Amino acid sequence: MSFLITFIHLYVFWILLSGHFDIFHLSLGVICCALVAYGTHDLVLEGLPIDMHTEVIRFIKYLPWLVYQIILANIHVAYLALSPKMPIEPRIIKIKTKLKRDLALVTFANSITLTPGTITVDIKEGVYDVHALSEKVSEDLLSGEMENRVAHIFMED
Amino acid sequence: MVAISIFIILVGLFFLLAGTIGLLRFPDFYTRMHAAGKCDTLGVLLCLIGMALYNGFSLISIKIMFIAVFIFLTSPTATHSIARAAMNCGITPWSKDEEGGRIEG
Repeated sequence: MSFLITFIHLYVFWILLSGHFDIFHLSLGVICCALVAYGTHDLVLEGLPIDMHTEVIRFIKYLPWLVYQIILANIHVAYLALSPKMPIEPRIIKIKTKLKRDLALVTFANSITLTPGTITVDIKEGVYDVHALSEKVSEDLLSGEMENRVAHIFMED
Repeated sequence: MVAISIFIILVGLFFLLAGTIGLLRFPDFYTRMHAAGKCDTLGVLLCLIGMALYNGFSLISIKIMFIAVFIFLTSPTATHSIARAAMNCGITPWSKDEEGGRIEG
């Protein structure tokens, strides 16, 4: 089962990248994808539930908000970099999280790092060490809105 | 369509420029990671979207959008791992006050 799912994903990707639809390229794709899927199918889907469509739909709904946050925060960092006084106040903040699943933790950590002005430095036992560039971005993060949205995706709220 | 894509590419270039200036001006390793790792994410993303629009709907634009998705996934991961490696090596973050600016949240 996991072999078939990996194979289908790889093959769709192969067709997209090759752009040739003649018999030679398609059969070459079948051979390559089957080999790679045989070697890696137990790595990629290990430990994931097969039925994840609620999470996927909620994640897609979360993306526009994330992009909006990235743009806002990026304008802020561009202002910090360009203003002559450079009003930065770097700091390390610690955030306790209620998230449990690995995928939720990774999504939250990557969301923090994607939003300019904050980098996840470390995760230890549910506590994030985050390096923040200024007081404004650290306040945005401490308000907990992003965590709640990530918790909503993975049904942990 | 060409005008829109040129506008988007120019905005992306502005963010890349701001990131580079930040990289040169910021005081220490971690703050430079902010400028280098992340202004570039949005900048590159906007440039790629502009190029995809310029191409119209074709296989090439789909490939460009795939590059954008992978940058979106890999860039924060790389930034995180470099920052974490620096922290493990014991590089202390620069801060305005002497205590290191730690707050509990």
